[in-house]
Amino acid sequence: MALLTCQDLALGYEGNAIVDSLNFSVEAGQYLCIIGENGSGKTTLMKTLLGLRAPIRGQVVTGDGLTQDQIGYLPQQTIVQKDFPASVWEVVLSGCQGRCGLRPFYRREEKALAVRAMQRMDITSLKDRCYRDLSGGQQQRVLLARALCATRKLLLLDEPVSGLDPKVTAEMYQLIETLNAQDGITIIMISHDIAAAVHYATHILHIGEHVFFGTKADYLRSEAGQLLQGGASHA
Amino acid sequence: MLDKLVFYLHYPFVQYALVVGVLIALCSSLLGVTLVLRRFSFIGDGLSHVAFGAMAVAAVLNITNDMPLILTITILCAILLLRTGQNTVVKGDAAIAMLSVGALAIGYLLMNLFSTSGNVSGDVCTTLFGSTSILTLTAGEVRLCAILSIAVVVIFLLFYNKIFAITFDETFAQATGTKTAAYNLLIAVVIAVIIVLAMDLVGSLLISALVIFPALSAMRLFGSFRAVTLCAAVLSVICAFCGIVLSILVGTPVGSTIVAADIVVFGLSVLIGRLCKGARA
Repeated sequence: MALLTCQDLALGYEGNAIVDSLNFSVEAGQYLCIIGENGSGKTTLMKTLLGLRAPIRGQVVTGDGLTQDQIGYLPQQTIVQKDFPASVWEVVLSGCQGRCGLRPFYRREEKALAVRAMQRMDITSLKDRCYRDLSGGQQQRVLLARALCATRKLLLLDEPVSGLDPKVTAEMYQLIETLNAQDGITIIMISHDIAAAVHYATHILHIGEHVFFGTKADYLRSEAGQLLQGGASHA
Repeated sequence: MLDKLVFYLHYPFVQYALVVGVLIALCSSLLGVTLVLRRFSFIGDGLSHVAFGAMAVAAVLNITNDMPLILTITILCAILLLRTGQNTVVKGDAAIAMLSVGALAIGYLLMNLFSTSGNVSGDVCTTLFGSTSILTLTAGEVRLCAILSIAVVVIFLLFYNKIFAITFDETFAQATGTKTAAYNLLIAVVIAVIIVLAMDLVGSLLISALVIFPALSAMRLFGSFRAVTLCAAVLSVICAFCGIVLSILVGTPVGSTIVAADIVVFGLSVLIGRLCKGARA
């Protein structure tokens, strides 16, 4: 069974659908990129996948022993976080909060999980640093480590490289790829960066006027893919 | 000076004032950190005006024990304001401004129309800027205040990790299975309780100071949430203690003396924060 399946999904605000009849599924180990123009409903789709808002029609089904609250999520940074006084350790550990339920304090194994996530992201040396003093790339690593505390299976990334310089962007993509290839974590990524999407992803979901879902190879041959590549080469 | 202080400390009313003042300062500073970080600094102000309006209603209705009524109305408004839903008619700061000014006006209007005492402006002034009533507390009031304060501290400790997760990133917390709506509700109720408690101490116009100043000072000095929270609590307690003692010795109004102490500490924190940053750079 697929990790995540969307059946006949319609998304939008106050009954007006911006995306309609969306059908796709994500199998374990895949790397799916969601691309589309601004306002095409990418972020709305992401919120629906996370269970933060209800779809107008259709449903999101999770399988393979995954529940909707076990999806690791890398959100875009908020203004609040820019000057937030929190140590890296506190932020990473808060990724385990979903496991706690009503229990007030973290267990030893949750702390161990956070330690491992920091090692995986190579930020152990930053443990006691203040989050707001870090560089953009380091902050993304911290948030990625937090997301790893919340999931072992599926990561949802919302424009993970926006605002990063080219070198750090490349490192970030590399990091995400090793999580996918080595750790077997399924990736769903929203991206503006079509070149990178086509480079790293195994599957593409293109929403907008032309909806496309399929493997990368099929996408490159499709009408939408041709259009976008044409557009990208002009840009 | 010291003799005078020791002499005063023998009086139970001074002891009561210190106990209540320190407890309230402690509670308000704990919640202050999350309120400031979530851009809700003004909620204390808004709610205290609501509490003022509620107090006026209670006075008009001739209710002698006005605490339950004031508490209920303030809690309801807190829930209304902290509902961070997208579909509210009036958003964020506008909602707070509207509610606070509206409550203030209606409260004053009611007090004037149906006043039972001869000195309306005196009454209004005491509720707005705090009164000497902190020096006329009964043992029962002190007990109630102590119980509520301890409840607030216990709730804060038990939900500390959840409050951090929600404050840092509400969306992430919600997506990974934390019941953010329930905790927001809890925070709203706790804030309302603190505000109603603090009204006697500093008056409804000055409550915001108790909530935001210690948090802002601590944020200049420390870089982790735990350190900021602890530091805010310590600073707030020290300021409240010194403020009350000073006001008794010099004869200044209690509320504004505490706030003045908070302002001085904030100034010092900014300076120290700058110096530390300069030393590191």
